[in-house]
Amino acid sequence: MAYDKFTVLRDTAVPLPTENVDTDQIIPARFLKATERTGFGDNLFRDWRYDVEGNPKKDFVLNDPTYSGKILVAGKNFGSGSSREHAVWALYDYGFRCVVSSFFADIFKNNCLNIGVLPVTVSPEFADKLFAAIEADPKTEIEVNLPEQKITLLSTGESETFDINEYKKSNMQNGFDDIDYLLNMSDEIEAFAASR
Amino acid sequence: MEKTTLFDKIWDSHVVRHVPAGPDVFFIDKHFIHEVTSPVAFLNLEKRGIGVKYPERTIATPDHNVPTVDQDQTIKDKLSRMQVEKLRENCKKYGIELHDLGTAHHGIVHVIGPELGVTQPGMTIVCGDSHTSTHGAFGAIAFGIGTSEVEMVLATQCIMQSKPKKMRISVEGELGKGVTSKDIILYIISKISAAGATGYFVEYAGSAIQSLSMEARMTICNMSIEMGARGGLIAPDETTFNYLKGRQYAPKGEEWEKAVAFWKTLKTDEGAVFDKEYQFDAADIEPMITYGTNPGMGIKVKDRIPTTEGMEGSNKTSYLKSLEYMGFQPGEPVKGKQVDYVFVGSCTNGRIEDIRAVAEFVKGKKKAENITAWIVPGSREVEKLAHEEGLVKILEEAGFELRQPGCSACLAMNDDKIPAGKYAVSTSNRNFEGRQGPGARTMLASPLTVAAVAVTGRITDPREVFEN
Ligand code: SF4
Repeated sequence: MAYDKFTVLRDTAVPLPTENVDTDQIIPARFLKATERTGFGDNLFRDWRYDVEGNPKKDFVLNDPTYSGKILVAGKNFGSGSSREHAVWALYDYGFRCVVSSFFADIFKNNCLNIGVLPVTVSPEFADKLFAAIEADPKTEIEVNLPEQKITLLSTGESETFDINEYKKSNMQNGFDDIDYLLNMSDEIEAFAASR
Repeated sequence: MEKTTLFDKIWDSHVVRHVPAGPDVFFIDKHFIHEVTSPVAFLNLEKRGIGVKYPERTIATPDHNVPTVDQDQTIKDKLSRMQVEKLRENCKKYGIELHDLGTAHHGIVHVIGPELGVTQPGMTIVCGDSHTSTHGAFGAIAFGIGTSEVEMVLATQCIMQSKPKKMRISVEGELGKGVTSKDIILYIISKISAAGATGYFVEYAGSAIQSLSMEARMTICNMSIEMGARGGLIAPDETTFNYLKGRQYAPKGEEWEKAVAFWKTLKTDEGAVFDKEYQFDAADIEPMITYGTNPGMGIKVKDRIPTTEGMEGSNKTSYLKSLEYMGFQPGEPVKGKQVDYVFVGSCTNGRIEDIRAVAEFVKGKKKAENITAWIVPGSREVEKLAHEEGLVKILEEAGFELRQPGCSACLAMNDDKIPAGKYAVSTSNRNFEGRQGPGARTMLASPLTVAAVAVTGRITDPREVFEN
């Protein structure tokens, strides 16, 4: 699936310090019934965002106009649980392009990279700094620089580098996906398949 | 020769190409699909104007959102019906084997794969579902993938994957009475935490693991993902071969002999090095239950919910938020708490052995008044055996309601939902907020503990009911 290229993103961020946020919270199973990829953003964090009658819950961060931006700063072990890519589609569809956390669940991280949401793993100390800075000033800006693999808290200039493998990095920068790569090596795959 | 692990042996033999400074191009032997995570993958194939490369390597079944009553009729829920119909359409169009509702081998994808003998040692297996790790019980590398990857496998039979690190978890010794493989895995997760194995692929070893049946091994591998691991596997042995022999897709005759000879080579060399190792003593494991909203929040049924001592910051806030959702207090015992629902089913514990265990336990007893008891077989085959062996009769006499196969209340995509605020003790694998319905409070346990709860109406250690 082609997606927007990612190079440098500079924006305010939405804080969600809760730990162990699983994909059932990001998008509950009952909203997985679509046969297309659009519209999941409306149900992002559905049960934390709306009460049973469908009214927005005031204390949930997405309903708080103070916070906005394309960056989600999340608590430790974000995205655990089910392999549903719908969770990342929902984040993307809602408008997030980058998720920052001190720890991501595996499949979730892969899914992010596959559809163009950049997962940035920072140290727990840096995550705490981000949360504190956003709390102190919701308009504080964060810069995520993919070519330099660097995340910077612009108000203080503090920054940290992050890991991403070269191959995935170049995919994200170019908006390519793995299928393009795999289709280009079909002969090699065919030979391999024939040997099995 | 270099000493390698079982995981290395299978992984390395499936790498088509190493991408410099990137992931491996990894070949997939078998691919399972279901109605929820496949439609968008097929749609994208169409957009690209390409088809399914090796349709014979993919097998499909609708399981996640299907109703568990009246499966012979048209599905009432429009969106569920559309997903199932899309699956049928896609399978027909591309020539993919489909085990549809009502057919002899319909069921939860991770139950029917082994049942059909599709799952075999040494294979690489993926499915757009995180509990694909179940198939690792046969000594296969099996793990869950996202929809983009489902698309890759359909298009090329490969995915791009970085090789995970290796962890070995050994459990030595003999299990006590009333302790099952579900208790082993809940115990392990409670020790390692819900994120403790992230980035790793786990091999389970040790005498306690080797002594388990295939079905019990599947329960363990199934929940590998609940500690963050990509998957888990167990070296194949006689138990594995005996289970597979004679199954529909298992090799036959001379092929069988050849296969077994190969399968016997699939083990970790003595002295091979893992990135991380854990050792547990089977004697320390007792019936377990979860009290919070992730599978790492488990304790022995007889124990108290941990206090917040030593916790601070977001760790403490998240912990208290979780207990608040469950309606529990730090430090209080769970035993004796009143329960509203019990659920026996899912790819963790919806196989015939699980249903036998529950039936044996409740035989001649009645469920408590306050309990609604659902039993949902993992497949048609399980359902059929349960009837043939007289288990259904026993369970119905005890007041259980038998439903038709599917994922059901494990993820509550269909009508099988636990109402908000109600407590369910469940044999499934996830106790996340709302997993079994908005506001539902789930406690995970073994089929035996669930049976004991059904009979007493309260959180109960199954050994106490045994003794009476
Ligand atoms: S039974 Fe539950 S865990 Fe297993 S495949 Fe179905 S939804 Fe997933």
